[in-house]
Formats: sequence, C-alpha cells, structure tokens
Amino acid sequence: MLLHDTALIYGRCLRQSLRSRFALLFGLLMPMLYLLFFGPLLTGLPLGGRGSSWQVLVPGLLLQLGLFGASFAGFAIIIEKGHGVVDRMRVTPVSRLALLLGRVLRDATVFVFQAVLLVLAAVAMGLRAPLAGVLIGFVFVALLTVSLAALSYALAMRMGTPQGFGPAINALTMPSMLLSGLMLPMTLGPAWLDALSHLMPLRYLVDAVRDAYVGAYATGHMLLGSLVATGFALLAVTVGTRVFRTAGA
Amino acid sequence: MAIISTVSLARTFRTKSGTVQAVRGIDLTVREGEIVGLLGPNGAGKTTTLRMLTTLLAPTGGAATVAGHDLVKDPASVRRACGYVAQSGGVDPQLTVREELVTQGRMYRLGRARAAERARELAHELDLTDLLDRPCAALSGGRRRRLDIAMALLHEPRLLFLDEPTTGLDPAGRTALWDLVRRLRDDHGTTVVLTTHYLDEADALCDRLVVVDGGTVVAEGTPAALKLRYAGSADASLQDAFLALTGRSAAPADPAPVAV
Repeated sequence: MLLHDTALIYGRCLRQSLRSRFALLFGLLMPMLYLLFFGPLLTGLPLGGRGSSWQVLVPGLLLQLGLFGASFAGFAIIIEKGHGVVDRMRVTPVSRLALLLGRVLRDATVFVFQAVLLVLAAVAMGLRAPLAGVLIGFVFVALLTVSLAALSYALAMRMGTPQGFGPAINALTMPSMLLSGLMLPMTLGPAWLDALSHLMPLRYLVDAVRDAYVGAYATGHMLLGSLVATGFALLAVTVGTRVFRTAGA
Repeated sequence: MAIISTVSLARTFRTKSGTVQAVRGIDLTVREGEIVGLLGPNGAGKTTTLRMLTTLLAPTGGAATVAGHDLVKDPASVRRACGYVAQSGGVDPQLTVREELVTQGRMYRLGRARAAERARELAHELDLTDLLDRPCAALSGGRRRRLDIAMALLHEPRLLFLDEPTTGLDPAGRTALWDLVRRLRDDHGTTVVLTTHYLDEADALCDRLVVVDGGTVVAEGTPAALKLRYAGSADASLQDAFLALTGRSAAPADPAPVAV
C-alpha cells in the first residue's frame, strides 16, 4: 500500500511540476551563473586538491543546487495547505508516509534532472571527470534533496505562513553554504574555520563528491560522506513523517 | 442505529499565552440517514469538532465512535467510511477536474478503471461532465463547491461531513446544493453532518439541529422543537431561538474560545 500510495502522490506532484517549465528550470539559474562567471576565475588558482578547478567547483555547485532548491520545497506545501489540498488528502486512507515520500521523490527527480543539465554545461566549460564519479555525484544530490525537502516540508507544515518560512530558510541555507566549502575547499582556510565547518553535515557530502570527481572511490571522505548523507536522509524522513501524521492545527 | 456517538469529546490547544479549550466536551449522537446541522457562533468549536470526527485532529479528551469504529484506536477505518469537505474545499487550481477526481478515487484505494468510472458517474450526477477536462480554476463558485463535494464521494461514504458548504454561493447555487444533499440521503442513504451560519438553511435542510456554544452542546432538537422551546412559538424564527440560546445580545460571561 505504501508503494501504491507513494507512486500515486509522486505522479500527481510530478505532473504539477511538468506543467510549469519555468519552475522546472528556475533552480538552475544560480548554479549556472556561478559556473559561467565564477568558474573561470578559479582555473589558474592553486586549490590544493587533485584534478582541475572544475573538479573542485562542480561538485560544490551540484550540492548548492540541492541545498537552495530543496530547502525551499516547503513553499509549495504552504500554498497547497492554503488551498485545503493537504487536509483533503489527510482525510483519505492514504499513507501519511506516502504523502511525504511522493513529494520528496518528485523533488529528487527534478533536482537530479537539473544536476544533469548543470554537468553537461560544465563539460562544455571544460570539466573532465570519470563517469562513475559523476553518477555518484547524482546519488548524493538525490540523498541531499530527499533530506532537505523532507525537513523543509516538516518546517512548512509547522510554520504555516510564507512570511515566517522564507526568512527561516534563508537564515539556515546561507551559513550552510559558506561553512560547507561549497565554493572553495575549506582546507584553504585557517584551522578554526576548517574545524567549524566539520560541524556542518553538508561538508562531508561535498568532500565525498569531490573525491568521486577525481576517481577516488575508496576513501575516508567517501565513507563518511555516504554515512552522513544516508543517516541525514533517514532522520529527515522520520521527522517529516511524524509531522505529517500529527499535523493538526 | 447511531452512526456517530461521542462522549465529552474535547480538544485543548496549547498556545504561548496558555491553553485554549476550543471544544470543552461534546456529547453528540447522530442516527444513520439523518441530516444534522451544527449551529453556533464563530469560534463555538464547530470546525474543531468536525476536524476531530474526520481524524484530522486528535482529541485531547473524551471518546467517539464514527461509522462503527473507534475514532482514536482505528482512524484508518473511520477514514474509509467518511467523506469530508472543508470550508476551503481542497483542489489544485492548475490540475483538471478529471485528474483531481481520479487521483482522489485512487487515494481511496479504488482501482484505476473504477476510479475513472466513478469520476464520470459523479461528474454526471453533479452536472460537471462538460468541465471534466478544464482546470479547477476555471470553475465558478457553485460548480467549484459541487466538485469539492464530488471529491468526498468517490468511495461512496456512508457518512459525509460538510463544513459551511453554501458559504459564498448565490441563491441558485445554494438551492442546488440543498437538493444535492437531500438526494444523497434519499438515494444513497448517506448520513450528512453539516455546519452552517444560515438559519434558513438549517431550517429547510436539516432533520435535526445541534447548537454548539463555548465548546459544548447547548441545545438540540428539530428546528420546530427549538423554536417552540427557546423562542416561545413554533411560528417564531430560528433566528430568535438561536439568539435566545447563545445570548449574543449581552456580553458573554466568559471569553469565547479562539477558532482553530
């Protein structure tokens, strides 16, 4: 039943997304601008890692796409709540977990699709990376979007108004971006900043995808990144389901 | 045969300024096949009561049996047996009428073919056939309301809850909606519980009225019995009976609970 219900909600959400080509591509704008106007600045700089500067930057941009896209997913449910759609679904026998999973899987689909376009553009700009590493990168984008979208929906269900939700998400995403070394590796910075950034779960995902992009798969970064990404996704979906089950007022 | 029975059903909300008792204790019995109207001033607890009876909101006190199932222990069975139309309806304006109906049917666990068949049946019955492939946003107020109700009928529920179903409708729309509610009861034996602020609607449509104020039931009976008892004459208006009951001309003795 969970599978049936999840597929049903996923299908409905995906059809909603496909209806708006604009929304489907809008999330690409910011990482694409970074790729075009920030990427070329790095090509001659010593970034410390193996490989080219593109192999450092593109993993960061992929996760940036997931971070900023999925964190704002909750806006959609505030609108749906306003239309009464969420309650109308919650009075049916449909699985509460499916109401969340269908939505976050739709988000993962949309953002992985955008990530594919971003990587194609990066290849045109000069990125060269092993295919397996690129595919691993997409898996991390999917896990990150599942986690962040689930938490975003949970927060949106609790807060209820876009006036409160927008600033809250902004306050959370900006430090996440700066402290996880999305743009430049944190190892370039002073020791205190590097240490601080290890408190940010996203840091471990960035390190793992950067390793994948230079073809280093059996590394400590990869193990840690996989564990953090999976653990974070499980925790986020658990929290989200609890909220969907009990959300009343 | 009672299809709803509640004992001291209550809901308290915790807010920053303390606890608010939205529903203090509702004792309600609804018999199978009745059309029952819940009346009461704004903030009386009508919507909170409906949200509890439809499993959207967990009660914080009391007990209830809905369509033969315990509300707290077996909410899944309650959901299968009931339909609910909220004040705000609940369709996506961008999606088509057919898509919303079919998906809703599938959420009520109908097969793909059966859901499509029920969508066509209901569209025919509720005069929406020509609009099946239009986006929901294109519907006028009255048709939108009929679609909202169709969304609650896909699984042929024994019990239908309607929260202020005719608010905002023009006179023709209201009359059509009354006819629909009567037809549901007469043709399908559906029990209907609705809330309304329109006393003429309560008078014309409901077999029995339950007046809620301050989160408890303050009176119940047929419209005629309420008029006789509280306004002094069967020829009096329901308005007089209502005002006598809820005493809104004088300042209320205690602050009214906040509507949630």
